[in-house]
Amino acid sequence: MGKIGVAIVGPGNIGTDLMFKILKRSKYMYIRRVIGIFPPSQSEGLRIAQQKGIDIAWNGVEGLEEIADEVDIVFEATTAKAHLQNAPVYKKLGLIAIDLTPAAVGPYVIPAVNIEEHLDKDNVNMVTCGGQATVPIVYAVNKVSRVEYAEIVSSIASKSAGPGTRKNIDEFTQTTAKALEKVGGAKRGKAIIILNPAEPPIIMQNTIHCIVEDISKKEEILQSIHDMVKTIQQYVPGYALKIPPVVFEDENRVTVIIRVIGEGDYLPTYAGNLDIMTAAAAATGEKFAEKILKEKPEREVLPKSG
Amino acid sequence: MCGGGKLGKKRIRIIDTTLRDGMHAVKHKFTVEQMVKIAGALEDAKVETIEVSHGDGLGGSSINYGFAAASDKEYLEGVASVLSKSKLAVLLLPGIGTVEDLKIAVNAGTKVARIATHVTEADISEEHIVYCKEMGLETIGVLMMTHTVGPDKIVEQAKLMESYGADMVYLMDSAGAMIPRDVEERIVVLKNELSIPIGFHAHNNLGLAIGNSLRAADVGAVSLDGTLRGLGAGAGNAQEEVLVAVLDKAGYETGVDLYRIMDAAELLDSIVPQLPKIDNTSLLLGYAGVYSSFLLHTYRAAEKFKLDPRDIIIELGRRKAVGGQEDWIIEVAAEMAAKKSPRGNVA
Repeated sequence: MGKIGVAIVGPGNIGTDLMFKILKRSKYMYIRRVIGIFPPSQSEGLRIAQQKGIDIAWNGVEGLEEIADEVDIVFEATTAKAHLQNAPVYKKLGLIAIDLTPAAVGPYVIPAVNIEEHLDKDNVNMVTCGGQATVPIVYAVNKVSRVEYAEIVSSIASKSAGPGTRKNIDEFTQTTAKALEKVGGAKRGKAIIILNPAEPPIIMQNTIHCIVEDISKKEEILQSIHDMVKTIQQYVPGYALKIPPVVFEDENRVTVIIRVIGEGDYLPTYAGNLDIMTAAAAATGEKFAEKILKEKPEREVLPKSG
Repeated sequence: MCGGGKLGKKRIRIIDTTLRDGMHAVKHKFTVEQMVKIAGALEDAKVETIEVSHGDGLGGSSINYGFAAASDKEYLEGVASVLSKSKLAVLLLPGIGTVEDLKIAVNAGTKVARIATHVTEADISEEHIVYCKEMGLETIGVLMMTHTVGPDKIVEQAKLMESYGADMVYLMDSAGAMIPRDVEERIVVLKNELSIPIGFHAHNNLGLAIGNSLRAADVGAVSLDGTLRGLGAGAGNAQEEVLVAVLDKAGYETGVDLYRIMDAAELLDSIVPQLPKIDNTSLLLGYAGVYSSFLLHTYRAAEKFKLDPRDIIIELGRRKAVGGQEDWIIEVAAEMAAKKSPRGNVA
C-alpha cells in the first residue's frame, strides 16, 4: 500500500512535533500541506516544514480548501475555538478530522483502547495529555475488576504547559475526568494537574489510583497493566512504569505511576505530555489511513516506493 | 511601625483557617457538626473571616490528599447557617478544584474566595479569579511556597493576579521555611509594587509562625492567617489566640476578642485531642523547604515501606516537589524501599 494525503492545521509546538512524527514513521500518511495563519517569517513551524520540503500555506482554512481533494485526513492543532469553527468546513470537504484541541466535537479516542470502534467517525478528539497517559491504565484495570473510582494526578513541567492550557486549566481536569469514566470505564473519575517549575524540568509523570471491586484479583490486574503498558509503548516509546504498581489491599486500591519521556522530535524530552498527544494523534491517523487505503485504493497519492 | 494612640492603631485583619488548613492535621475528618461548633465560637470571638474547605481547597477530597468526612457543600452550608457577622471564605487551587466547585461555594453563601497557585504559576488562576469577581466575591490571590523564589519573581506573579482582578494578594510560607528576614524582603518589595493590600500565611515548622507574622505586619501586611492552637499542616500555623495577643501588645487592632478566641481554642482542645507540634520531621519540612501538608502522608508512607520519614522529606526537598504533589511521596518511598530490598519489588 502507498500513502494518502494529510494536512496539519496549526504549525505551533504540537503541530510541528506531529509533523516530525509523521515524517519519521508513518507508513500510510503523506503530509500534503502544513497550514498556518502567519507567514514563515513569523512561524518557526512553517519554516521547518518548508526546509523539509513540505508544501506550506498561511491563509488558514482556505489553504486547506485549495488542496482538499488531495487530502483525506486533517489534523487540528490550533485551539478549541478555531476547531469549533473549522469542524463544519472539514465535514463539508469530506475530511476526517483528528482534533488535538479540547473542543471535543467528536468522541474521545485513545489508540490503545477504542480506536477500532471510532474508525467510522469523521471527527475524533484526542482528549488531553493526562487522559492519553492514564485512561488506558484504568481501562486495563477495569477489564479485570470493576473500577469504582479512578483518580489521576498529572505532574508536568511548567515549561511544557502552553498558554492555552494555563488559561483554561479546568478544561484539563474536567475532560480528563470524563474520559476516565467514558473510555476508561470507571464508575467515577477525578483528575488533578500539577505544574512543577523545577529546573531542570521534570519529566511528565502520572499517578493513577484505582479503587476496584475485587482486589483479590491483583495478580490479573497487574498483568493487565503490564500488557497495556506494552501496547502503548508501540506508539509512545517513552511510556513506562516509574515504579512497579503498588497494591493497598486494605483500601481495595492499586496505584500506578507512569512517566512519559518524549521522543524529542521537536519538543524537549521532558515534555512527555505533548509527546503523548502527538504520538496518539499520529497513531490514530495511521489507523484511519490504513482503512482508507484498503477501502478506497484510488485515494493513494504517493505510491509505495522501493 | 504603627501609630501610638488607640484611635490611630493600625488595623490587621485576621483570617481564621482552622477549618481549612487545620483539616490537614485531622486528615480532613472534621464532621460538619464539629465545624459548625468551632465556627460559632469564632464568630463569638468576632473573627472577621472564616475559611472552610478541604485542606487542599475545594475539590480536594481525594485519594491523593485524603477524603474529607463530608462534601464541600455540606461543610459550607453548615457553617454558613451559624454565621451572621463573620464572612465565610473558601480556598481553591486551580488544577485541583474547578469553577464548578466555586459555583457550589457561592450558592452555599461564600463571601470570600482565595485562589492559590504555586508561586511561579499565577497565570493558571485567571479564570477562577475572574469568575469569583463576577460573582461579587471578595477575591484574594494566593501565592504558595513563596520561599522558593526571590522578591522579583513574586512581584511579577502577584501583578498577574492583580491584573485578573484580585482584591488582595497573600503570600503563603507553605513549607514554614522562612525566617523573618525572608518575609520582610518579600513584603517590602511587594508593597512598593502593588496597589492592592498584602496578606501573609505562616507555618510553624521552624517555630517562627508568630514571629514571621509579626514581621509581616510591621513591614506592611494588613491581613494575617491564624488557626486555633495553631492547628494546621506540618507543625501547624500561627496560633491564632497567641497572634491576637501579640498583635495587641505590638499596638495593632485586630477586632478579635482575646478571651473569646481563647475560649474557642479551648473548645478545639475538646474536639482535637492531638495537636501538631514541631517534631523532628516537621522541623525538617521547614529546614528542607517541603510543603507542610506532606507530613502525615509521609508518616503513612514511611510506615508502609518501613523507612525513616526524615529520609523521605529530604528527598522530596531535593526533587523540588511543589504543593499538591503528595503522590510523589509514594514514589519516593517505593524507590527508597526498592533500593534497600534485594528483590527490588514492592508490589
